[in-house]
Amino acid sequence: MAVMSCTVRIASPLRSYTNGVASVHASGTNVAEVLADLEGRYPGMRFRMIDEQDRIRRHVRVFVNEREAATLAEPVARGDQVHLICALSGG
Amino acid sequence: MTIWIGTRKGAFALKSDARRRSWRLSGPQFLGHVIHHIVQDPREPNVLLMAAKTGHLGPTMFRSTDRGRHWREASKPPAFRRAAEGETPRAVDAIFWLTPGHASEAGAWYAGSSPAGLFRSPDGGDTWDPVAGFNDHPMRPQWAPGLGTPGGELTHSVLVDPRDPKHLYLGISIGGVFESTDGGRDWAPLNEGVAADFLPDPNVPFGHDPHSVVMHPARPDRLYQQNHCGIYRLDRPAKRWSRIGEAMPKKIGDIGFPIVLDPLDPDTAWVFPMDGTTVWPRTSVGGKPAVYVTRDAGRSWRRQDRGLPRKQGWFTVFRQAMCADRHPRTGLYFGNTAGEVWASSNRGDSWACIARHLPQIYSVTHAS
Repeated sequence: MAVMSCTVRIASPLRSYTNGVASVHASGTNVAEVLADLEGRYPGMRFRMIDEQDRIRRHVRVFVNEREAATLAEPVARGDQVHLICALSGG
Repeated sequence: MTIWIGTRKGAFALKSDARRRSWRLSGPQFLGHVIHHIVQDPREPNVLLMAAKTGHLGPTMFRSTDRGRHWREASKPPAFRRAAEGETPRAVDAIFWLTPGHASEAGAWYAGSSPAGLFRSPDGGDTWDPVAGFNDHPMRPQWAPGLGTPGGELTHSVLVDPRDPKHLYLGISIGGVFESTDGGRDWAPLNEGVAADFLPDPNVPFGHDPHSVVMHPARPDRLYQQNHCGIYRLDRPAKRWSRIGEAMPKKIGDIGFPIVLDPLDPDTAWVFPMDGTTVWPRTSVGGKPAVYVTRDAGRSWRRQDRGLPRKQGWFTVFRQAMCADRHPRTGLYFGNTAGEVWASSNRGDSWACIARHLPQIYSVTHAS
């Protein structure tokens, strides 16, 4: 069984991938590894958040605890909370 | 038959029996998703593809193998290749267009994206690869420099010659019409005779704005296009488009988004003119919505507005939002930005509203 190093909060637009679950555990030492772990369990989820050039999409934000991740290299430590946030605007 | 409706907030379906007298609306499916196109595979009618995204999430593709009852996400949606060092990285913002491949190539599909990109699936839409011959063409930065329409730079009207799987066309807004005769390895502009009034030099080989390009299925050498600057016809192997919109009434003009052909008659085409004057309202001209039909390949046009609002009808009909069915007496359908679907079962002679109060409609497609 994989080492569960962090908790990931899933924004509602992404919960179709997690069967409606709002919080899951994942492992990884940075955001890229955490997302790779999630992609293995929830196929297709990563590409909705991260484009083909490994950039976080325009209306998506990733926070590690209260620190916004500018890139996927942002470190993640055991016990951290990773927040996958979708910024909705317009009608 | 089924008419699939792609909207800014989800997918809907209108179903009818063969007589087309009554329609039953179902949906929404994928409520809240931006649905640009829903297309049935004529080679395998149980299969449908749907191009989707949401306001916040990236683009994806859904695939049904039971005529739209259930959908499964593509395991590898269209995406550009990873940018090399020093290259400007490109990412698919939206999948805008879907075209089934040639009848001899089971499972092959093409997709057009925003920003301009072409993708191909070999397996019924489950996995997609970039078409390098177009996406990495040395001229692509000039052909498609990112001059976006309000919806972004769009690749649309991907056409496959039914006589030759290697013969392809596509349209870019803004960029022009392009042709490949080698299965997408190389491409060349095909815009001679088309106006580009918005450019400093209107006589350019590319940089045009084709809104919709169509090929007649029974006479594939015949192309029509509704352009930002008029309505055109081209009979290959000629390379110079003729502006058949010159025959439209001057007070109506020949600006619009869609153009739809009669599968039974290469001389018949329908357009939905919009106001392309002053600041380009892009609504029906004068608030009096009307379809115009030519039955002589563009030499003359006739107004078809019976059943449509006589006044204060400020419709906009987007380029994928008008289609014909395969009935022996061709039926026509269009959806508008006000969420209404209108139908004609008599080749446009009269119209009835068959759905209203839907979200803004992006595409209207026929399925058997």
